[in-house]
Amino acid sequence: MGLYRPDLGTEISLGGGAATEAVRRILHGRQRDVRGLAFQSALLLTLLMSLAIMVTLMAQIGATGWRVFAERGTDFLTSPMSSLASRAGVWQGLVGSLMLMVFVVVIAFPLGIGAAVYLEEYAPDNRRTRFIAANIRNLAGVPSIVYGLLGLAIFVLVLRPITGGLTVVSGGLTLAVLVLPIVIITASEALRAVPGSIREAGYAVGASQWQVIRSHVLPAAAPGILTGTILSLARALGETAPLILVGAVTGFFFQSSGNLLARLHGPYTTLPTIVYTWSRQPGEEFRHLTAAAILALIMVIVVVNVLAIYLRNRFQRTW
Amino acid sequence: MDRSSGSLSLADLRGSDRRRRRERAIRAAFFFAAGVSVLISALIVGSLVGRALTFLRTVDLGSLWSFGWFPRRGLFDIRTILVGTLLVSGIAMLVAAPIGLGAAIYLSEYATPRARRFLKPILEVLAGIPSVVMGYFALTFISPELVQRISHGADVFNIAAAGVGVGILVIPLVASVAEDAMFAVPAALREASYGLGARRMTTAVRVVVPAAVSGIVAAMILGISRAMGETMVVAIAAGATGGSLFTFDVFGPGQTMTGAMASLATGSDQVRGATGAYPSLFFVGTLLFLLTFALNVASERFVRRVRKRY
Repeated sequence: MGLYRPDLGTEISLGGGAATEAVRRILHGRQRDVRGLAFQSALLLTLLMSLAIMVTLMAQIGATGWRVFAERGTDFLTSPMSSLASRAGVWQGLVGSLMLMVFVVVIAFPLGIGAAVYLEEYAPDNRRTRFIAANIRNLAGVPSIVYGLLGLAIFVLVLRPITGGLTVVSGGLTLAVLVLPIVIITASEALRAVPGSIREAGYAVGASQWQVIRSHVLPAAAPGILTGTILSLARALGETAPLILVGAVTGFFFQSSGNLLARLHGPYTTLPTIVYTWSRQPGEEFRHLTAAAILALIMVIVVVNVLAIYLRNRFQRTW
Repeated sequence: MDRSSGSLSLADLRGSDRRRRRERAIRAAFFFAAGVSVLISALIVGSLVGRALTFLRTVDLGSLWSFGWFPRRGLFDIRTILVGTLLVSGIAMLVAAPIGLGAAIYLSEYATPRARRFLKPILEVLAGIPSVVMGYFALTFISPELVQRISHGADVFNIAAAGVGVGILVIPLVASVAEDAMFAVPAALREASYGLGARRMTTAVRVVVPAAVSGIVAAMILGISRAMGETMVVAIAAGATGGSLFTFDVFGPGQTMTGAMASLATGSDQVRGATGAYPSLFFVGTLLFLLTFALNVASERFVRRVRKRY
């Protein structure tokens, strides 16, 4: 069959001349869909508004906080907290945040990845598995301050002999529990993305299930798992509400010097807690300090995020 | 196992016993890791509900329905903090619903893959802003530059600024859940609509959005739930840290459930010793947990409805 070519010579009769004219106008005219364009612009505007909010936020905080860094340089980062605005620094917060991150990495990462491996690789599709999965989704939606109450009730009050009460240990355990569901969910997604053929190839050469998981599935899912877990670390870094319930100090304190154990059982604070504390202080000076502390917090979070992106790009594979 | 016989039995094919025992142990360890999450849920419910009941037994029940929330004076009016929470999350959704939904429609229906690569990170970065930072922004920018311009008599600390701040934090969540729902709408529906001569806007508004309505509702419910649980923005920007009278005034300071808990636990106001005020933490926490849990379950129902249909 050849191409269909309409016979251009033929005229279609539409009855009245007015109707023909109308159809001709539609066929020839260039119409603007004004309403559609307005709609599309409005939609784009919502995204640009989000961008504008972010730029305003960063500009405002940057402009206020930069002065502190300009005047005091790294002194601001290495000084302990003080009620004197001119001497106050965020050192204790930096140390405290880092110590809490260690707990998250040591407790939440292995437990979370382990749970994800069970759910994705081992679990049969039955009621028990579905219950565990639904339970994890619900845990991810629990407000963070409720985790603070959990930490207060269990780690601070019930387990006081072990944790020492309102200490780094309690704070670390609370944060670890808080990010656990997020770690499980992101690790599960990474495991699910590993094609089944990888597993089947392993079984075909006689590997046991654990051998397949250890040597094939986990390495293949590693970039996704790493990215997800590190991003949950960034989330934990900014968390404040649960920590003020489990003892991150909102006032001023002296860092107990001494060995590691004494430190773990001593008072602590974190960067976001310092932000909260200073934002409640009256006076212009503390407003600047708060903004500077926010800059320090954002810098730490950006470093963590950049690390996640770097690892993703370095190890990413496509199937 | 009779190893001397010439034929292999089923037991031979199972492999070595040691290897099988090891496999079982490893599987049990992974199962334990998954079980920890169930343990955590049980602990949350157990520790919260137990202590909340203790609070209810010790407190004068009349104080739960008085004229304000002043825990240190033994006044625990639930209405005050419930209304505060509803006001904050209502204002938050006034911000997050249109912006989040608009962003979702644009990303799913209009944006080219290249534009997506630039636009999607905006929401991702917004989602990464810690809530304390947003609290500071609400207090030092949204309150003076936005709220106090709308209402000149507004307090520096006010519910409206906190609500707008919470709303900004909720935008990425609403956008991503709604976008997922619209992404799940089969392309055939869009093509059918275009085939009938419908325009892009008509297709988006009259075909895709109605088809994804369950998921969009889920996004809104999840947004409300998240807004109710948001603590630091309210604790910093809404004021009334000592307590609050029952009020509907969004331009004045107010107390939400989360804000009440944060101020009970903060700094020199710490109530570690005081009886009554301290257990009230767990009572409010239980209420908040139940509310957000109900909302999360409801939103999951809606999400599942989308999945079932397509």
